[in-house]
Amino acid sequence: MLTLVPRPESSKRMMYLSPIFALSATIFCGLVIFSIMSFDFATFTFTSNPFDPLVNFFYTPLTGRSGLTNLAMKATPLVLIAIGLAMCYRANVWNIGAEGQYTVGALAGTGVALAFYGVDSWLLLPAMFIAGALGGLIWAAIPALLRTRFNASELLVSLMLVYVATQLLFFLVYGPWKDPDGFAFPESRVFHTAARIPQLFEGSRLNLGTPIALLAVIGGWLLMGRSLIGFQIKVLGAAPNAARFAGFSEKKVIWLTLLVSGTLAGIAGLIEVAGTIHQLVPVISPGYGFTAIIVAFLGRLNPVGILLAGLLIALSFLGGETVQIENGLPKAAGSLFQGMLLFFLLASDVMLNYRIAWKRHRPAPRKIAQ
Amino acid sequence: MKRILQSTFAAIAFVAISATGFTGSAEAQPLKVGFVYVGPQNDNGWSQQHDLGRLAVEERFGDAVETSFVELVPEGPDAERVIRQLAESGHELIFTTSFGFMNPTLKVAEDFPDVKFEHATGFKRADNVSTYSGRFYEGRPILGTIAGMMTESNVIGYIGSFPIPEVIRGINAFTIAMRRVNPEAEVRVIWVNSWIDAAKDAQAAETLLDQGADVIVQHVDSPAPLLAAAERGAISFGQTVDNSSFAPDSVATSLIDNWEPYYIERVQAVLDGTWVSTDTWNGLNSSMQQMGPYASWLPADVLAAVQALEADLTSGAVHAFDGPIKDQSGTVVAAAGETIEDGVLLGMNYYVEGVLGNVPQ
Amino acid sequence: MISVDIVVLTIVSIIGATTPLLIAATGELVTEKSGVLNLGVEGMMLMGAVSGVGATIATDSWILGLLCAAAVGMAFSLLFGFLTLTLMANQVASGLALTIFGAGLSAVIGAPLVGKRVHRIPDLEIAGLTDLPIIGPIFFGHDPLVYFSLISLAAVSWFLFRTRAGLALRAVGESHDSAHAIGYRVIRIRYAAVAFGGMMAGLGGAYLSLAATSLWAEGMTAGRGWIALALIVFAAWRPLRLLLGAYLFGIFWIGQLAVQGLGLPIATEFMGALPYLVTIIVLVIISRDSTKFLLDAPACIGKAFHPTA
Repeated sequence: MLTLVPRPESSKRMMYLSPIFALSATIFCGLVIFSIMSFDFATFTFTSNPFDPLVNFFYTPLTGRSGLTNLAMKATPLVLIAIGLAMCYRANVWNIGAEGQYTVGALAGTGVALAFYGVDSWLLLPAMFIAGALGGLIWAAIPALLRTRFNASELLVSLMLVYVATQLLFFLVYGPWKDPDGFAFPESRVFHTAARIPQLFEGSRLNLGTPIALLAVIGGWLLMGRSLIGFQIKVLGAAPNAARFAGFSEKKVIWLTLLVSGTLAGIAGLIEVAGTIHQLVPVISPGYGFTAIIVAFLGRLNPVGILLAGLLIALSFLGGETVQIENGLPKAAGSLFQGMLLFFLLASDVMLNYRIAWKRHRPAPRKIAQ
Repeated sequence: MKRILQSTFAAIAFVAISATGFTGSAEAQPLKVGFVYVGPQNDNGWSQQHDLGRLAVEERFGDAVETSFVELVPEGPDAERVIRQLAESGHELIFTTSFGFMNPTLKVAEDFPDVKFEHATGFKRADNVSTYSGRFYEGRPILGTIAGMMTESNVIGYIGSFPIPEVIRGINAFTIAMRRVNPEAEVRVIWVNSWIDAAKDAQAAETLLDQGADVIVQHVDSPAPLLAAAERGAISFGQTVDNSSFAPDSVATSLIDNWEPYYIERVQAVLDGTWVSTDTWNGLNSSMQQMGPYASWLPADVLAAVQALEADLTSGAVHAFDGPIKDQSGTVVAAAGETIEDGVLLGMNYYVEGVLGNVPQ
Repeated sequence: MISVDIVVLTIVSIIGATTPLLIAATGELVTEKSGVLNLGVEGMMLMGAVSGVGATIATDSWILGLLCAAAVGMAFSLLFGFLTLTLMANQVASGLALTIFGAGLSAVIGAPLVGKRVHRIPDLEIAGLTDLPIIGPIFFGHDPLVYFSLISLAAVSWFLFRTRAGLALRAVGESHDSAHAIGYRVIRIRYAAVAFGGMMAGLGGAYLSLAATSLWAEGMTAGRGWIALALIVFAAWRPLRLLLGAYLFGIFWIGQLAVQGLGLPIATEFMGALPYLVTIIVLVIISRDSTKFLLDAPACIGKAFHPTA
């Protein structure tokens, strides 16, 4: 029978090949599904070209006037958040509440923008960035504090705080921060120019957020791969007892990883409101904080991997929209395709650490070695 | 890695394009019309009614138009991109059918001056952006009259989605009419702060029924509240679509959105080259808002009263916000003979007398 | 103003709001006790909710509807099991992917079911008991799943702590290497635990579509799968505490609606956030005794197992 045999060390080759296997498998399955959908069994002909949805899913979103801009803008918050989350997960710190940290970051930045509404100063935007970062940081500090002081599960606390943040957002946008000239609709004022993140180039909607996300990738890479603290984080995650023995402070690492990831999520939130939406509205995230968790794992908790995974996941969202517009397929077809892609990517990870072999006998359970 | 991906894509694209064969056509280009929905296309509610409008356009104009839609578009950062994508892919008329799409629509419209946009339920316009909305409050006095005449407990349960002016307007229009036929009755409001949580809608209805309500009014899309009401023998009303088939014993009538005439009119205007930016706020008189069938079990006097009221509301002889109207503190906000103006209605954020509790601020 | 009737009826509503959470959480408790963290509860609940409605409409029997929901929930969880147990994929990411996939797939399957009404699962009528004042409606007037949720929790509690098989399951969750060395089939036990969790999540979802309401609506679980997951941590993996936690949550959930209906001047957003804040506070209180808390958590949770690793 087929069995999995562990590799002595992770295969470098498979690291590059496994995503390609996953993509090929997704494309193949997608083709089968689209063929069945477009095949008319009565006349035995194709009513439409089954390749069309595939091309529209993976390729068309990248073309056109703003294709690459769209991709970068969608990937920016995912990558930013995932970089921070990867640090947490490396240290076995389970922050799954990035959505809440993102929201509070957006709220804090909006607070500054509205408090200084109409003030035309170059200082405003940096102040908003600081506020956004602090907002995310504070929201992540709560699980850090409760974990280090009271041993409360950061996984649960950070998740609960997502719901609290959403209610806080509702409270502000339906209440005190409502646009006074907005007929009581739940929207804040539209930020004035000084409170908007400027566009990078004339005529493109790409803003400063994307280079910031790239900086975070480089920063994450330096921190995790080139610094002592990164080493401590990794050791603590992989071998907590050894880390404790070596005198690494577990509390310090919990604080650090949560605060960094909270800060990045907060900045991501600020970038979305000040760079893309330009006002506070009741819905400011299509689940970026949760999707970023998948991005972090697909990227194997590695900053460069996260960048690629973020782009791929962003593309799968854009592709889902394009097949709706171009092929009239329901949104669900896009979600199914996305789900397939995720499963194949996750499944193909197995090739990284194991190889498939043919074995006649299943290994009997061994006695524990003394 | 990246290069491999790129070449893979390019190869697929090449295969696909060469396999297609029919890449261009020499015929006259049909008018491409795009629709953006906030919910699923077949949600049996808000988005489905807009989609029926889209289908009516297709049926009416045939090959002269080509429609496409994007469903389940979250209000937020994604909306602008979706609208932009429609504009870039050659759609000349784009309907964005939720309030949260307002500023994204305007932003895209600025970059595509030749594309015409129609935004539902908003208040910001531009040379190439029209707004349109239904007077969703206009049918509510009919519901209020039925509730006021039929209730025995004098407790009416009202389930709101979000405390926005549109919903508050509906509560007030309902309550004013209810109080005119039954000054004893009071309205209890529960906000579920969601459009999609059917189970929460049902629980809100049950909570109100627990507190003695025998009429349930809903301003949420799912039919869960009216099913909960039917379960306990209470009266309910359909929202957005004719929901009487769900619970014929409970649903007294339904408030129905109908976008078909408006969509046909606007597409025709683009085809004729007569499209200009306008603001449309139509109600019962234009059938943008329609009453569903009245239940056969309604007593004759109630039926007579509401049919007369419907005729008066449609003709304009009666307005939902005709005075005298008092707010919760007893202050007169419209004296007898006065009518609250549209400008005030648009931003309404207080309850009238007869509603329990405060508007969430 | 607040009469006995209102209190009794509100209690009945609380039981209804709690039951789906309790069913799903009971299943996930078993899954987690075996050392597997399946974050896909939301997706499995959606699959259960939609297939329950579909099967009930097709067969006109709510019993078959529930069986179908249980089977679909189980099948869906096995997809997760295959990824994480056979292929050893990351559990957190696979669970999240399951939730995303479940949301999409349930929408596809459910599209033709939107706008259709099913018959609600009927409430029990026990002659002589259901009609009793106060006690009758609170104890004897519910749909069968309410009793099922309590019985299954008791059964799970008995199974986990009073049977050999339960001991094996906990051993696998505590230390899969030792359990393997003793001769337990780690992967097989975990598959069973994952499947049970999927079955219960499917039933919890079906409760929403067949008992709490009587219809399918896209995304109708609206975050309850996540709450079920939170309840388990809140309960520190203990059945009795799970029961208390679920009912506490139900009380706050219905409470926020009841307070609004009574017209009390409390911000709805605050009421909406309250259940989550209370969960955090209670969690802090029970976790303070750190050694005890850690003893309750399955030590191997979230870790992949390979027999020769």
